[in-house]
Amino acid sequence: MSDFLFYAFATGSVLGAIMMVTRRNPVSAVILLVGVFFSVSGMFLMLDAHYIAAINVILYGGAIMVLFLFVIMLLNQGHATWNDMRGPATTLLAGSAGVAFLAVLSHRIADGTTYAPTVDQAGQALRAQAQEMGIIGMVARPLFTDYAIVLQVTGVLLLAAMVGTIVLARKRGG
Amino acid sequence: MNEAGGLAALGLHGQIAVFTSAVLFVIGAIGVLMRRNVIMVFMCIELMLTAGNVALVAFSRAHGIEGHIMVFFVMAVAAAEAAVGLAIIVAIFRHYGVVDLDRFRLLRW
Repeated sequence: MSDFLFYAFATGSVLGAIMMVTRRNPVSAVILLVGVFFSVSGMFLMLDAHYIAAINVILYGGAIMVLFLFVIMLLNQGHATWNDMRGPATTLLAGSAGVAFLAVLSHRIADGTTYAPTVDQAGQALRAQAQEMGIIGMVARPLFTDYAIVLQVTGVLLLAAMVGTIVLARKRGG
Repeated sequence: MNEAGGLAALGLHGQIAVFTSAVLFVIGAIGVLMRRNVIMVFMCIELMLTAGNVALVAFSRAHGIEGHIMVFFVMAVAAAEAAVGLAIIVAIFRHYGVVDLDRFRLLRW
């Protein structure tokens, strides 16, 4: 049952991504990308990453995608007017580059893959940590001890991004 | 590849997740190469970032919690990047009046 659900999430995310890349209307693409993020969050849940699944939905599926929708409507692009696909030469190049890259990646991945069902052992360390510290605690503990400085730097980065966004998007001389 | 027989330590779900991550990344890369609408290109970049997150979470099953921490920071940087990138798109749209990447050629030959 859980295997079936996981396969469903994986195929759902891949199909959603293919449809999103081929949509002409940016608004449909945003909706499909939200679907991809929900599928990916389902995969995160089943990979014992509950907190990551939650912030994936809230941050990506919620905040960032709404920002995209706002900009699409601000720029009046909410309709499929022009075909923005590149010509057949680029299609061939991008397609062959993608296939080649996927072949290399799959080869590397298949090298180390076994097809024995070892599902129960894999997440055991994470599940033990979740038992001990709680689902959020197991992420928060290292975040505020080992990675405390990185967390502060991320805060500065977000502040810089906020100021930069205001400066960039402001009307000149307005 | 590494100890404990490579990806076997990730379990069945982890291995499927790594495959899915590779496929999602390639779809995003093809989208970046194929589309001319700058908003679509930007969304494909977000898709590639998410593919990276899937791989990090999958590997985190066998190699400890650090993968989750890394995903947390990737999401923070992605949020900052989305805000700044969309602001740049708005500023360029004010200047050119289009969102066609081929028309933005001030720094191109």
